Parts: sequence; structure tokens; C-alpha cells
Amino acid sequence: MKKLGCAFKKLWVLKTMFRKIGFKLIFIVGITAIVIIGGYTYFNLKSETNILLGEVERHALELSEAVKNSTRHGMMLNQREMIHDIINTIGKDPAIYALRVFNKDGEIIYSNRLEDIGKMLDKYAESCYACHAANKPLEKLAINDRTRIYRSEQDSSRILGVINPIYNERSCYEAECHAHPTSAKVLGVLDVSIHLKDIDKKIGDNEMHGLIFALIAISAIGLIIALFVKRWVDKPVKELVNATNQVGLGNLNYAIKEAGTDELGILAQSFNNMTKKLKDMQMQIFQSEKMASLGQLAAGVAHEINNPLTGVLTYSSYLLKRTKDNPEMQEDLNVIVRETMRSREIVKGLLDFARQSTPKKSSININEIIDRSIGVVNNQLKLNNVVVEKLYDENLPKVTADANQMQQVFMNLLVNANDSIGRNGGRISIKTSEISLPPEGVVTIKNAVCEKNHNLMDNEHKIEGLASIKLKIKNGGKEGFIYLDPVYGRHKNDYGIKIDKGKPVNIVCPVCDISLIDKNEKCPQCGEEIYKIKIPNDGYLRGCAKFNDHWQKWDIVDSSGKRKFVEIIIKDTGCGIPKEHLSKIFEPFFSTKGQKGTGLGLSVIWGIIEIHNGTINVESEVGKGTTFTIRLPL
Amino acid sequence: MAEKYDILIVDDEQVIIDSVIKIASMEGFSAAGELNAHKALERLQKDKFKLIVCDIMMPEIDGFQFINEIERRKIDIPIIITTGYSTVENAVQSLYQGAIGFIPKPFTTDELVSIIHRGLNYWKLLKSRTGTKSEFVYVPCPAKYYRLGYSAWMNLDYDGTVLVGATDLYTKTINTIKKISVMNIDDQTVQGQTCAWFETEENLTHHLLSPLSGKIILVNEKLISNPSLVEKDPYFEGWIYRYIPTEYEYEIKKLIPCSSDRS
Repeated sequence: MKKLGCAFKKLWVLKTMFRKIGFKLIFIVGITAIVIIGGYTYFNLKSETNILLGEVERHALELSEAVKNSTRHGMMLNQREMIHDIINTIGKDPAIYALRVFNKDGEIIYSNRLEDIGKMLDKYAESCYACHAANKPLEKLAINDRTRIYRSEQDSSRILGVINPIYNERSCYEAECHAHPTSAKVLGVLDVSIHLKDIDKKIGDNEMHGLIFALIAISAIGLIIALFVKRWVDKPVKELVNATNQVGLGNLNYAIKEAGTDELGILAQSFNNMTKKLKDMQMQIFQSEKMASLGQLAAGVAHEINNPLTGVLTYSSYLLKRTKDNPEMQEDLNVIVRETMRSREIVKGLLDFARQSTPKKSSININEIIDRSIGVVNNQLKLNNVVVEKLYDENLPKVTADANQMQQVFMNLLVNANDSIGRNGGRISIKTSEISLPPEGVVTIKNAVCEKNHNLMDNEHKIEGLASIKLKIKNGGKEGFIYLDPVYGRHKNDYGIKIDKGKPVNIVCPVCDISLIDKNEKCPQCGEEIYKIKIPNDGYLRGCAKFNDHWQKWDIVDSSGKRKFVEIIIKDTGCGIPKEHLSKIFEPFFSTKGQKGTGLGLSVIWGIIEIHNGTINVESEVGKGTTFTIRLPL
Repeated sequence: MAEKYDILIVDDEQVIIDSVIKIASMEGFSAAGELNAHKALERLQKDKFKLIVCDIMMPEIDGFQFINEIERRKIDIPIIITTGYSTVENAVQSLYQGAIGFIPKPFTTDELVSIIHRGLNYWKLLKSRTGTKSEFVYVPCPAKYYRLGYSAWMNLDYDGTVLVGATDLYTKTINTIKKISVMNIDDQTVQGQTCAWFETEENLTHHLLSPLSGKIILVNEKLISNPSLVEKDPYFEGWIYRYIPTEYEYEIKKLIPCSSDRS
């Protein structure tokens, strides 16, 4: 039972191992390597063996020819002793297994091995077979057919034998001995047999080397792939799995570091992006829930406070009526009534906040709204010894805006200024004025599309807190994105790629790749090509496609001429905002106040100003102070 | 023996009851208070009242349920709703359900006195109507008009703007109007929030709640110079504002069609 379990476990381990992408890759590549390297080694070895054997064969043939030539004289003279001597002498070479001469009947006449002399060879014996296979002996034999490899005994080394037929010659049958008849074609055969021991050893060594090489190569490939997979596949996949698990457990702060640039890197990046968005969304849900419960809380608190306030207000106003003949008391009671009325307004404001009303625009005097806001936060300002300097334009025209929301804006900015000034006191100056500005650098593009109506606005990439216009740029062989400044004529563009000025530039829609270059027109400043972007309901924005040429034209906006704004500048002498924070302060949930703030204040302000088609800008210097500039269109 | 009072005040806070009784008695009205709706309903069976001032947020039976119960029991006493949860939604809902007035907490003596006077006047009108059935007491608003409770009316014009005014019943309950204060052109009104102030010869100020949210585009200047116009011809010459309504579709659901008055 235990063994069976163990076997199952092994099978399971194997199965899970085979499921691994790395293992699969190694397996496939390993098999391919085995086939290729194995095949290569096999054919390589085979050809080497052939070359070696060919060499031996050539050597044997030469030897056989040499023996034949050196014994020729002896044969002619029929001097058998001399032939014996020659054969014996040559046959002493240890490499030579046998050196024999047969007559045509198969009788061994000469041999380096004396015991063989006089022996008859069967026609079907090893050395005879090539010629005698067809019963009738062949007279001519090709070189290849004259060699053979055999073993004399079962376990001995291989032997290469070469037969060299000795043909009848005129000098043979005309010699005095008349040993051979004229009719005979072949008189005998010289058989040279050479040991292949050394060669076989060499071949064996070669085979061994080949095998070792193949094994090393295959394992090296496997190892390299394994390392590669481990480094570039396993590790990032493990990291991804880990990250997914973390996110699954609710840890949305988990981000994959060192994502790399390959496909898995891109996956990791988009994973990070996803968690970031999830987090933002969660935060938003959390925040809206928080706001909703805050609203409920505010409403609840309002209710609870309103009841006791009713007691105070009714009794005090009742007393006020009853003490008409006591002016001193009236004065004091009036204070109570007035302050209770103020509390009533504050609670009403709380309820209004809970209701989160849509803007209710009316014609308002901004100076009054600022005064009202200062009134609300005045006590806080006094606590910090903050002096408020009012530089109002008394003839400021009225703007159409939601008074409550505007008050919220100024209150928030004042509270922020107060916070940044801290306990040591400082100054907040508020300046209002009417200004008129050319559209450049003021009008913000909030909507832009390509000819096929694909949205070009990119909320991900913001320039000074505004969604940018994302365009795809093709420059030489490179592709990338540029993010155009959405503020008309401001040109704080971000370039996603380095632009090679020498090469032609094409600007296309990132969604459908349709070209945004207008071939019909050229830049009036530099003569280069221009791009043309559709602004829904507001005509086209045109601009020079050349890097560093900032020509831009938006006819509809230009034709409307200068625009009038009410400008409110709120300047404090507080601690200032570090540069790295400046671009983020209008983002929701960005807060440096930690637990003290929600990080929503400025983003709400941003939203309010946005609804009013206005702009808000911030300038700040650490240690010197911050200046907010709000412009509301007239 | 059934006792007779002018006002029944229903609130779960004793201090509110005490203050209302005090103010009422200062004005020469008699008042009694109950801490919850159950007791108030019992008290209504026992004693006679001319006006009920009722809180919304109360344990067990809340103000809205209380109005329904009063209606179900066919108790013909006008109700004024008050609440610390003083949102416009509550104001609109109260008037929609049949309350004749809404007074958000905390209120001043003057505010309470004004609305009590209006309530008691309403009771008088009600009495006179039931006394002589066929007698013509007030002019109901034209059939195609809509009204917010018994106070303000509105009529949608073909151009999408609305005309807003006060109903005859409302002006009849506030007696002689001395002065009308209005909001400015371009101001934004919210349904259920005060949009006009009627000063009477008794030096009371009555709030008229706006029947709709919208932007004021016209104010009836003739009415400002001659406030009695609203009493003489409340539905035509006596109009107060012309609005561009902002949330008409949504808010019309909380208005009562005047055609229902004639059935």
C-alpha cells in the first residue's frame, strides 16, 4: 500500500513537473538537441570511420601490390625459396595478420604462417567468396570488392583482407618452367590480411569522444535553457503568481518590481497598472462610502444639535420679547440669539454638504463670497496670528457661479494657507481683479478626437493636472507617444520618444493609426507639415508637427478674441509646497497632512473650478509661501 | 370632560414642547404637548385641538406616519411639521403628505408665532367651510396648475419656463399682506426652500417655499409695488416669479395637480 502510494506520488511529481513550462521547454529542446547532435555525431563518426578504413584499405592494397611486384621475379624464375623469404620477411610485421598466395585451386602455396602452407581453401571461404559467388570465377574484380573485413575467430580483433589476383602473363607461360598453361587467366591470388586492432581502437575512441561531446552539448543546452527559463520565465511568473495571490488577499499595495521589458515584463506592468487602478477605484468607493456615511453622520449630528439649539433659540428669543423694557439685558440676549442663529447656519451648511448639491449658479459677487469665507474661518486664522490682507477690486463684475461651492473653495484655500503658516503667524493676501487674456495659455482642450472619432484625451498622462492629448508618433523606424499640452498655446508637451530631427515624422491616432498630418497645409512659420486634431463642436486645432516649433492655431477660439475673467489670487507666507508635490496636489486623495486630511480638499476645489469652466494654478516656493490663482470666466 | 386647546405639540424632546407652550401662551394661545405619536393620538380622542405641531423624527411612529394616521382617522386638524433633520426633501415630503406648513428647527419665536398664526387661520377657514358647506371660502388653483402642499403653485408654460405664485388658500391664511420680499433675477431656487417672504400687518413674516428648483428669470414688479395683487388675483396677475426649472421631471412628482381639488 505504502509502495503504491509512493509510486502515485512519484507519478504525481512527474506530472506536475511535466506541467511546468520550463520542463516542457527543456524536454522539447532536449529532444531536438538529441536528434540534431546525435544525428550529426553519428554521421560524422561514420564518415571518419570510412575515411580511416579507406586509408587502411589503400595501405593494404599498396602493400599487396608491393608484395606482388617484389615476388614477381621469384615467380618468373620459379625460385620458391626466395618467394618464401620475401613473404616471411614482410609477414613479420605485427600489423599483418596473414600474407598468403593461393593457386587457382585454392591451395595455399606461400604464407607467412608456415602451418597454412599446403592447406586447401574452400571456394566459399572468406577470401574466395567475392569471385566465386557465381560459381564461375570472375576474372576481373573492382578494387572495392577485393577487400573484406572479417574476424578470424569470434572474439579476435577485426581483420581487413585484400585479395590481389595474379594474372597469367606472356612471360609466365613462355617461361622455361612451363608451369602455367596459356589458357589460364588467373594463376593465383595474393591475399593480404591486416589487423584492424589499432584502427578499431581509434574508431572506438572517436565514438567515445563523439558521444561525450554530444552528451556535454545536450546537457549544456538543457542547462542554459533551464537557467534562462529560471531567470526570465520562472522568476517573473513566480513573482506574478505571488503578486496575484497578494492582490487576491486584498493587498492592493503590492507592486511587481523590476518588471523588465519582455512580454512578461509588459504583463507585470499591466498587472501593476491594474492593481493601481483597482486601488484607486477601491479608494474612490471607499471615499464615496466615507463621504456618504459622513453625510449621514452630518445629517444625524445636525438633527441632534438642532433640537437643543431650538431650546436655546426659542427661549432666548422669547426672553428677548419679554424684556423689551430692559435694554441692557436685551443687548446680551441679542448676542445669544445672534450666535445661535450662526450655529443654525453652520448646521445648515453641514446639511447642505450632506446633500452634495449640484451647482446652483447665480450671479454672485466674489468679494462678498470671500468675505463670507473669511468670516467662517476667522477664528482659526486669529489663533495662528494670521493677518488677512484684502486687495479687492471694488468694481469687480459679478460672475455666474454657485455661491456655496465658491465659498467652499475659498474656505478650503484659506484653511490650507492657515495650516501651512502654522503657529508663528503670517500673512494671507487676497487680491481680486478683472482681467482679459488672449485664448492662448488659457483655454483648455477637454475633448479631442481623430477623424474616426477615437478619443485622444489621456487621463493617465496628465500635464499640470490636466488630461493630455495622446498622439502616436512615427519617426524613422521608431514609434512612440507624445502627450500634447491640453492648454492651447502653452506647449508643455511630453515626448515619449526621442525625436530624430533628420527623419520624417508622422503623427497618427493611437487607436486606429489614421494619420493626423494635414497634407494640404504647411506650417506658416517653418514650412513643415502640420497636424490637425478635431475638437468636437469647436472646429480643429492645428499645430506644427516639427519638434520645437510651437505654432498652433485654433480658429474658433482665436476668433472669439480676448476673454474676460475674474482673477482671484490668494497668497500666503506659509511653508510652501515642494516641487515634487506641486503636480500632484490637485489629485484626489493626495495629502501631506496624514490622518488630518482626506486629501480631497484641493481635488474638490479643482472639480468646482472645472465645473465653472475656470482655471486654478499654483505656484510655490518652499519656505516662502504658496500662491493660488483662480480665474473664473465672465 | 374634553378640554379645549389651540395647539397640540408632539415632540420627543421636552424642551421643544416647553418652549412651544411658552411661546404660544405668550401669544395668548393654549397648548398641550405629548412626547410621542401614540400618546398624541390618544390625546386627540380625548381633547379638542385646532392645530398640531409635530416633529418628524420620533420613536415608533414618525411624523409622516402620524400625518397618515390623522388622515386615516379623518381628524380634521391642520398639521405643521417641524424637524431638526431640516432638509428640503423633508420639507417637500411634509407638504406633499398634507401638512400645511414646515418649520425647520431651530426656529425663533417670531418664526414659530408666524406659522402658528397661519395654522390657526387655516383652521378657521376649515371651520367656516364645514359650517356652511356650499359657501365659497377660497379659490382653488386652475386645473392645469400644480401646487406644493397648500402654499405655492406653479404652471408650466409652452416655452418650458414656469410661473410661480402663492395659492389663494395660503394668502387667506396670512391675512393682510403688507410687503413681499423676493429673491433676485438670476438667483437659484431650490424646491422646498424659502423663495419669498410675506410681511403682514401683524408684523409676522411668512415664508413661501419654492414649488420647484430653478433659475429666476423674471420677478413680478407690479406685485412688489402692490402686494395686495396676490390676494386679489393669486393665479394670474398675482404671480411672483418666472423660473427656468432645472429638475422639473423629478420634482413634479412631489407636487399635487390642482385638477385633483375639483373632484
